This record gives sequence, C-alpha cells and structure tokens, in this order.
Amino acid sequence: MQNVDKIDNGKNLFQHPEYRDVLANKKQFEGAWGAIDKEKVAEVAEWTTTWDYREKNLQREAITVNPAKACQPLGAVMVALGFENCMPYVHGSHGCVAYFRSYFTRHFKEPTPCVSDSMTEDAAVFGGLVNMKDGLKNCAAVYKPDMIMVSTTCMAEVIGDDLYAFITAAKEEDGGVDLPESFPIPYAHTPSFVGSHITGYDNMMHGTMQQLTEGKKTEEVKDRINIIPGFETYIGSIRAVKTIVEKMGADYIMLGDHSDQWDMPAGEYNMFAGGTKLEDAADCINSKATISLQKYATPKTMKMVQKRWKSKESTTCNPVGLKGTDEFIMKLSELTGNEIPAELKIERQRLVDAMQDSYPYMHGKKFAIWGDPDFLIGVVSFLLEMGAEPTHVLCHNAPRGWEDEMRALLDTSPAKDDLNVWAGKDLWHMRSFLFTEPVDFMIGNSYGKELMRDTGTPLIYMGFPIFDRHHLHRYSLSGYEGALNMLTQITNKVLDQLDEETKGIATTDYFFDLIR
Amino acid sequence: MGPESLEAKQKAAIEEVLKAYPEKAAKNRAKHLGVGSPEDESQKTCGNVRSNKKTVPGVMSQRGCAYAGSKGVVWGPVKDMVHISHGPIGCGQYSRAGRRNYYIGTTGVDTFVTMNFSSDFQEKDIVFGGDKKLAVCFEEIDALFPLNNGITVQSECPIGLIGDDINATSKVYAKATGNTIVPVNCEGFRGVSQSLGHHIANDTVRDYVFDGNVETLGDAIEPTEYDVAIIGDYNIGGDAWSSRILLEEMGLRVTAQWSGDATLKEMAQTPKVKLNLLHCYRSMNYISRHMEKEFGIPWVEYNFFGPTQTYKSLRKIAAFFDEKIQAKCEEVIAKYEPMINAVVDKYRPRLEGKQVMLFVGGLRPRHVIGAYEDLGMEVIGTGYEFAHDDDYKRTKDEIMRSTVIYDDVNEYELEAFVKKLEPDLVASGIKEKYVFQKMGLPYRQMHSWDYSGPYHGFDGFAIFASDMDLAINSPVWGYSKAPWETEGEA
Repeated sequence: MQNVDKIDNGKNLFQHPEYRDVLANKKQFEGAWGAIDKEKVAEVAEWTTTWDYREKNLQREAITVNPAKACQPLGAVMVALGFENCMPYVHGSHGCVAYFRSYFTRHFKEPTPCVSDSMTEDAAVFGGLVNMKDGLKNCAAVYKPDMIMVSTTCMAEVIGDDLYAFITAAKEEDGGVDLPESFPIPYAHTPSFVGSHITGYDNMMHGTMQQLTEGKKTEEVKDRINIIPGFETYIGSIRAVKTIVEKMGADYIMLGDHSDQWDMPAGEYNMFAGGTKLEDAADCINSKATISLQKYATPKTMKMVQKRWKSKESTTCNPVGLKGTDEFIMKLSELTGNEIPAELKIERQRLVDAMQDSYPYMHGKKFAIWGDPDFLIGVVSFLLEMGAEPTHVLCHNAPRGWEDEMRALLDTSPAKDDLNVWAGKDLWHMRSFLFTEPVDFMIGNSYGKELMRDTGTPLIYMGFPIFDRHHLHRYSLSGYEGALNMLTQITNKVLDQLDEETKGIATTDYFFDLIR
Repeated sequence: MGPESLEAKQKAAIEEVLKAYPEKAAKNRAKHLGVGSPEDESQKTCGNVRSNKKTVPGVMSQRGCAYAGSKGVVWGPVKDMVHISHGPIGCGQYSRAGRRNYYIGTTGVDTFVTMNFSSDFQEKDIVFGGDKKLAVCFEEIDALFPLNNGITVQSECPIGLIGDDINATSKVYAKATGNTIVPVNCEGFRGVSQSLGHHIANDTVRDYVFDGNVETLGDAIEPTEYDVAIIGDYNIGGDAWSSRILLEEMGLRVTAQWSGDATLKEMAQTPKVKLNLLHCYRSMNYISRHMEKEFGIPWVEYNFFGPTQTYKSLRKIAAFFDEKIQAKCEEVIAKYEPMINAVVDKYRPRLEGKQVMLFVGGLRPRHVIGAYEDLGMEVIGTGYEFAHDDDYKRTKDEIMRSTVIYDDVNEYELEAFVKKLEPDLVASGIKEKYVFQKMGLPYRQMHSWDYSGPYHGFDGFAIFASDMDLAINSPVWGYSKAPWETEGEA
C-alpha cells in the first residue's frame, strides 16, 4: 500500500512484496514458456547469443525485426515544416498522420503540425478526389497557411491517385475563395513501400523546388549559396552550419530550415515558426551554387539542381567531424572566394586540442553504430579520426553506392580487416553481431536500449529517433562545434563506463581514478 | 462564476469555433460539438453530440486508424505472441513501444511486446502480392523465436487494397504446424478511427482464440467459483496490476488479464470465468457481449479511477458474488480508506477548484472525471477521439455541471476552447502535449501517463494525485514571462 509521505510510482510500487506475490501468482495462468519451463527460456536465450543463431538470423529473407528505418511520408513532413507557414498535408488515412506527428513529437518534444484528408473505405474504392477537394479547402480556411505541401501514403499510391489532377481540381472547385490560383501546393508521391524516410525527404524536396522555381530563372546569377540540410534531426546542426556560413561571409538560403519549428520558445503557441521564406525558396534557382549536406538524402533533388538549374556549381558536403567540416569550409571559401577567417581556424584548433586531450579514451575502442546513411558517413569519419574502430556499421536504409563508400572509408583504418559494413540489415541482426563479435560501445538511437540491456554494451545516444533521453537534438553534430559535442559525449561515456567497472570497493577501485 | 455564465461561455466558444470553417465543414463539425448538461433529460447523448462519423478532411484530427486499434491497442500487448505489422515498414515502426503496456517476460525469447516485426513491403510485394512472403515470415519467426505461443498478422492499408488473402495463408500454416495464427484485417482505411480496429480485433479473438486449440497451451486451469477476468485494461504503467491486487484481496481469482501483460492462454481460458470485468468498454465490449451470449458469462463495467468510483465499482463487483466476498470487499475498502483520506487531505488543498479539460480515447474522458472531483477539481470540457453514441450516453452520468463536449476534436478547436475557457490543466495525448505547455498550461498525458503511473486502483490514485499536483503546482509554469516584461506584455 502507498505511504502518503512517500508515494511510489510503478518503478518501486511493483517491487512491494504484496505486488511481487500478485505477479508471481499470475504466472500459473499464463501458460507461456516462462511459467512452464524457466530452463527452456534460459536455454533459448543462451542460444540466441551464438554463432549458430547468428547464421540462422542472417538467412532471414522475409521478416524484418526491429528495423532502423521508417517510411517515405515522414521525410516529406519534415521538408514541409522547413518552409515558412507551410502546412504538411498527407493524402491518405489520418492514422498515418497521427503516427508521423507522434513520432516527431516524441523525438523533439515539440508540437508537430500536419493534416491529412482522412481517406476511408469509400476513398479506397472511388479514389480520394473528394477528400482532396474538401481537405485542401478546409486546411487553407482553418489554418491559413501560405503554402500546403502534399505527400501521399501507401494507400493513395496503391489506388493510384493522381496528385496533380486532384490539386488542380480542388483549386478549380474552390474558385479562388480559399485556394487562389497562385496558392502554392507543391506535391510528391511518397509510396511507403519504396525506400525509406530519406527517400520521402528527397522526393518532397525535389517536388517543392521544382514547383516553386518553375519559370523563376533570371539572367542574373546571384552571389549566393543554397544549402539543403537533408533529413536533419539535430536542430543544433542546422544552426551550427548557418553560423559557419555566416562566418565565411556567404550569402545563403537554407532550403528547408525546420530548426525554429522544432524549437519553439515557451510563453505562447504559434503553429508555425521560422522556416525558409517562400520568396527565397522560389529565387534559389538564381543562386550561384547549391550544397547538399546529405548526399544520400537528396540524390533526386541534386540531380535536378545539376540538370535543370544550371547553377554554376552543385555539390555535396558532410560537415561532420574534423575533416568533414574542413572540407565544407574550404568548399565555402572556394565558392565565395573569401578567405577562411582566423576565428574559424581558432575554433578548429580548439577542437584539435580537445581531440588530443581525449584521444586515449577513444583510441582502439570498438564501436557498433547504426542510423541513416549520411549520419553514418559523418560519425564514422569522426570515429576514425579519433583512432576508434567502428566494428559494426549498420545501415538499414542504405541506398546504392553507400556500402562501397563506407567500405572505402573503413579501409583507411589500420584495423580495416575487423570492420564490418552491414547494409540492409536490421537491429535484430545487430543483436547477433554484438553477441558474436562484441564491441566496447554502441552509438545509435533509442532502439538500442534493448540491445544495451541484452548484450550489456553501453549505448551512446546519437541519431533518430531519441525518445528516452532529453535535449540531445538541441546540440549540434555538425561543424567543429558538433565534433566537440560528439567527443564530449563519447569520451565521457567511456569514462562513465570505466568508473562503473572499477567502483567495486576494495576489489577493483584501485583504478577508480579522480584524475583523468 | 455561476453555472449559467459558464454554460453561456461554453456555447459562445462553440459558435466562435465554427466560424473558421467553410460551410460544408462547419455544418459537419456543428454536429460534434455541444454543451452537456446533467439535468437536461432531452439530451440523447451528452451535449447531443454525434459520434463515430468520418473526420472532416484537411484538419488535424487526433484520431488513429483501425490498424492502431488492433495492433496498437488490443493485440499488441499480448506478450507471448509475435505480432507482424504486415505491409510497409512505417506503421510498425511508428507504433513500436508507443504505449507503456507493461509486462513481465524475457523480451525476444518468450515475450515480444516492445519489438517490431514487419514484413517490410517493397514495390514487388505490392505488384505481385505478399502472401508468399507472409508464409516465409511465419517460418522464420518460428525458427528464430521458438518460444512464441502464436502469431498475429496485423494488416496495413495495402493488404486489403491489393487483395492479398492473409486468412488463407494463415490457415495453411496453422494447419500444417498446429500453431495459433491470427490474421487480422485491420487495414487503416477501414472505418473512421481506431475504433473499428478494436472491433475487428475482438472478432478475431472470437474466431481464432475461443475457437482455436487451447489444449496445446498447457494444462487447463481448474475453475473456481470466484474466477474473474479483467477485460479492456492495457496495463499502461501497470494499471492492470494495481487493479488486480484489489480484486484478489477481496477474494476473487483473476485468471486472465486483457490485454496488458496477457498471454494467449489467459485469453483462451477466459470463457471459463464467472464474471468479466470490463474497464475499457469501447475497445472490448464486443468480446464481452460475445462471451455473454455464447458462454453465459455476465460482464460488468467498472471504473478504478479515484476512490469514489473505485469504492462503487468494488461493491458493484462484489454484489455478483456471495456474502463472503462482499464482506471482504468492505474489508479492502476499510483497509485502504485511511491511506486514501490521507492522500486527499494532502493534495486536495493544493488542487481545489482547479479546472480541467480532457480529450482522450476509450474510457478516460468520462472515467477520470470522478478522480478529479475527489481532489476538488472540476472537468469543464471533455470528448473522445473515437467514441460511439453509447459512450456519450455514459458520459452524461458522469458530468456534474455543464461541460463542453467535443467529439473528434481537432487541434484548432481544442486550442480555441482552451483559450476561451482557460482551464488550469489540459489532459490529453502526446500530439497535443507541447501545444498547451507552450502556452504555459500544466499538462498531463492521459494515454500513457507520461513517465508515471499506474493510475488505477487505490495505489494508483495516490500517484494520480501527486502527478496532478506536480503538473499544476510546478514552479516552472511561472517563468513564461521574463521579469523585465511589464504588465500586460506577452
């Protein structure tokens, strides 16, 4: 029973003896193996840690267990929230939108606006035209956005709804009351059974830039650089990149900047915050260069930039880690013709100083890491810069070309023969790898929590989604600042672990040092 | 403020909200908004609102889909079965471990609740169909997770659209292996909300569990006169456990718990109990009615939120049994009463008079009203994401004063109502949480109890009370305005 002076929540309540009894008593009715045969459970648990199990696990062809990827429309919603007063609109069932909103909200701890046109059975039979006509009109009337960005769900894709025709019909029927002819409604087909959330990001960014820039090319090329962040879940990274670009004295447009949307100040609620201005977005076709910070999250978009925009230059840069940031800054210098300011060099040298202070704790340590392809390229580069050994690098949604690039990166390590790339594998595969070829630390999202418990490998939270730790997304992983953040996070986890392993009084604590 | 002026204010708020919509949408939404009056006998549902209708397109509804109702609510928490999210990767990933359905077991070995199994449809599966892939999924699951006691197939949208026959595929595999395989046609586009998913899932329990092969699950349980089942408790934060303890203390034997911490065997043996205790009426009335009709098992709704309702419910349940149970029921109440009184004495002064607006799913929009009232708080607005008319009829019995009632409220409306009626606390789901916190309003999540809970039963009420105190009386809500801002400035 509760004690009013010390009310226990579930964490301790269910440890009270009376609850231990109730829960033990329940076992007799469960009939699960756990109740019938504890030894059998232990035996199977042990078997799941073996090479034999790993081989069977790797033979899987059909079932995916604990994936490390999500579906296309999620990425499309992120694109929309990077533009000023833009409402993401998902053509399909509202169930999907409830999921996208919850997923982002749980990660960012911020509201995530997004509407759907609530297609149900009749739309499955007759198509979603009526939903689109009513939905766009209602969305425009109620939320008064400046732009609505339409993406699809697998339902709409399977029945083959034609977005262009539907949007045109919706505008016609509305007769300009809520949806004037000029009202921008970019769209993209984002089937969930193709690619992953980064494919959806690319498709929506492509659709948006294509439609907003239609006929906007002028003769005059502006001395300005477009930057596309990609599926960036660290709002701190976007800000760090902006700071670098500003320090380089470059005029720029961040295409799809959701850093304010998912970082709203307290005091009042406005549905939309920040974002790329629509006139800037439309004018980006006249910038002299475009840099994508995530190559694998923007292939289609960058292809269009190269082929159709005929900007002087378009390139990709991954400004994560020391070298990645160096390359980004040199690229900016090349594009702007500006000298790299002393300030940035000092920042760089301070990072190098920190790396030299801490390297013994990362050098030779084995890491398992998973996440999106660009995230992995960046963080693995940094691990290699620190002399660490990324033993298992797993990318569930690896696009073509990624595996080779990662392999080439790992081959620069003296430990290359022990470093493995796992493209298209899931986190249940990772579990087998961790048991059979253990590492010292894992780097990954919240789904690593069960891997941490099962395998005993300490988890450094990095990536997306992170549901059970707070505020990490507010920090940067990009730029020298981001590298320092990673260094701090990783090194101190190593030290925490060292303390954990040496805290035994009069047994191991001779190594429980106060100075490190 | 007198009740009349509150009611007038509530009606005005509804009028104002409707103005923003185009005509067709306004006409639709008007039917779903009303002011509930406990005395008004003419009200057919609370506030005369209509429910279980299609959502207006293009607004930010908080509703989920049939898949969410089946996988996320009913089937997902059954711990010793593997639940395949059948279709593209997203649905399974987004619904993974989103609700705190507590359970005890060795995850990945004999229990699987927080894991995500997906058939991860690719384009070729859409074109050529995914039945063959599903059959391979079954084999791989049994090979790698040999201690699973069954598999369910939770259909995502494309399955029904491309015409896959998961029922036939499941039947073939079940027949060949003797395993329990439950195909659930809960595609997200079916129905208007998650509610249809609950119904579809209940029907599959009827068809595949009750009519399935219970014997393979081990020895049958020897029935007693006092066997009951908890139905419609998903063990959020351990809710079913803090309910179970009270029922057992009063001499009943809980032989099954649905579906939080449930096993297939518990479910399969439920038709042998003497009484079904139904907490979430909306999601599991179907299977309770079925058991009544087929097996003659009566069912009773109960409410374990707040002491007033818990006392009432315990006595209501005891009344189904003999004097021995009734006497023990009184003993249980007497045992906990001093603790409950101490909780109320401690927290009521801190919460007295505070007003609450609610918006949740199954049962809480009405069930928690009593718990707030036990703490001296009052609910001035409530509504459901996916209720039916009978839920709103039941709500009418719970409200104490005029209450604004909003069915399938969307974010624009809820925000407008909150701004107009200025409650001290909003209690709803994750999607709304930060909207209201930005406004500086204390907030509690009512689907998943944030990081706390349980809230059910007497022990749960103590946590509920301290959570409401934590929400409303935290110093952090006072910092919204900078000290250098002058009065009246935002």
